[in-house]
Amino acid sequence: MSNPRWRAFARIAVLSSSLAVAIVALAQTSAVDEIAKYRAALQDGNPAELWEARGAELWKQPRGPNKVSLEKCDLGLGPGVVKGAYTQLPRYFADADRVMDLETRLVWCMVKLQGFSEADAVKNHFGGPGRKSDNEAFVAFVTSESRGIPMNVAATHPKEQEMYRLGEKMFFFRGGPYDFACASCHGVDNQRIRLQDLPNLTTKEGAQKAYSTWPAYRVSQGELRTFQWRLNDCFRQQRFPELKFTSDASIALTMFLAKNSNGAAYDAPAIKR
Amino acid sequence: MNKEIIAWTVVGGAAALLIGCATAPSDAETTAKATQMMKASFNERGQAKLDRLDQDETQKLCSEYTGKDLPKEVAERIEKVNLESIKWPADGKYLGDWKSGEKIAQQGQGMQYSDDPKKPSGANCYACHQLAPQELSFGTIGPSLYQYGKARGYTEETRKYVYGRIWNSEGYGACSNMPRFGHNHILTEAQIKDVVALLMDPDSPVNK
Ligand code: HEC
Ligand code: HEC
Repeated sequence: MSNPRWRAFARIAVLSSSLAVAIVALAQTSAVDEIAKYRAALQDGNPAELWEARGAELWKQPRGPNKVSLEKCDLGLGPGVVKGAYTQLPRYFADADRVMDLETRLVWCMVKLQGFSEADAVKNHFGGPGRKSDNEAFVAFVTSESRGIPMNVAATHPKEQEMYRLGEKMFFFRGGPYDFACASCHGVDNQRIRLQDLPNLTTKEGAQKAYSTWPAYRVSQGELRTFQWRLNDCFRQQRFPELKFTSDASIALTMFLAKNSNGAAYDAPAIKR
Repeated sequence: MNKEIIAWTVVGGAAALLIGCATAPSDAETTAKATQMMKASFNERGQAKLDRLDQDETQKLCSEYTGKDLPKEVAERIEKVNLESIKWPADGKYLGDWKSGEKIAQQGQGMQYSDDPKKPSGANCYACHQLAPQELSFGTIGPSLYQYGKARGYTEETRKYVYGRIWNSEGYGACSNMPRFGHNHILTEAQIKDVVALLMDPDSPVNK
């Protein structure tokens, strides 16, 4: 059991079975309180560490047709600077003439530095059973380098401001056969769907708490999930078509929530239900 | 002379647009741009086609007025249009089988691209409402419906109201947060009757 992978798996098995018992037993008290306890207990052993370590390895590896690493990738604070970079994303990148979130910028670096085709760079962006995702590993590594640093998204460039406004519009856009907007599930304090607490993302505290704890290792899925994944899955529940990975709509919503979370001490990769 | 005025108006309009981008654009401009952006940002998948991004009038108005006071005329218009669209049961009966209604109220699948379109949708009432007291896993987006029929009275009028409310909630409160189950073809007429029975049958656990 000295292998960290096995230790993590053992923890997950214990975690998921006791979590199931806890949810049934607790029923009406907030499941989140329980999860908070598990998170505290697991602080020295969140399985997200496995993704962080793999991402740190991959970051240094010469890859792609150009056989170079991502160590010169500019995440906004200059080539190669990873520390704190996530707390200032999304941002406008002059070289791409586009506002980008982390995942979009990683694709950009894989294409421009490493010479991957766009199609290869976006392949396998969300992992699944037996299908490891490099994107998830990179995201885990880069975000872990921002732990403890306050969120500080400037949104001063006109294109950043526009993205913020568009994200805000989308948040309140009702559509589809269920008439849902993001605000239908995330617009009021202390509501839940079944027993799942829904953060009110229209308040500063709500946005701070939610945004600063993504990406997260999802116990129920055994996978580290990124913010693009979170949005994608909420749109599925919203009965919308499938959100394209790195699309402008995904970046606009990320900008809206990231900027609203300014000031929060960034605290991810986290661990969630 | 006329031509010149027109030319200047066009130039002025274009300049205003450019300035509009540099400063704050109007709400309508942002809406138009957001709609355009969304159209380019989604893929059709399974049953979820891109036309799901096309809003009907109710959705458009309710998006526009989120966070603002809904003017009385607008609210009345939304309620009128939606009330008129309700298809009432041909046999005049509103109550089905509460046991089947309980199953439907528990089921959450339906209309997601990950759902099988050949299987009937569930209503997922428990996602938002407390109903039968045995079910502890209920959401709080909507009010508790526990003891609904008992409290409101088992009258024809209440049955009709509940049927209509489930068919098209916007008819009873503009910009309701409850899906329009009949109007948007989520549930069939028979399914709705069963769920009405869950709320309105004196034998239903909801009324115990
Ligand atoms: C039909 C309901 C529904 C809709 C609509 C919805 N969400 Fe969610 N959202 C959820 C649920 C349920 C969770 C919690 C999932 C969990 O705990 O597993 C969640 C979680 C989240 C979280 C993470 C919160 C945290 O603290 O971990 C974010 C961020 C989020 N949603 C954003 C959005 C955005 C943006 C939209 C619109 C594109 C949206 N949601 C639309 C149901 C919804
Ligand atoms: C996504 C959330 C949601 C779902 C799912 C939902 N409702 Fe509702 N419902 C609400 C909300 C919110 C209200 C409060 C009024 C409003 O917003 O229109 C409501 C109101 C009601 C009312 C009126 C209550 C009153 O005091 O007269 C009834 C009856 C009702 N719902 C029944 C149901 C039934 C039955 C189902 C399942 C078929 C269902 N609802 C599914 C959110 C929901």
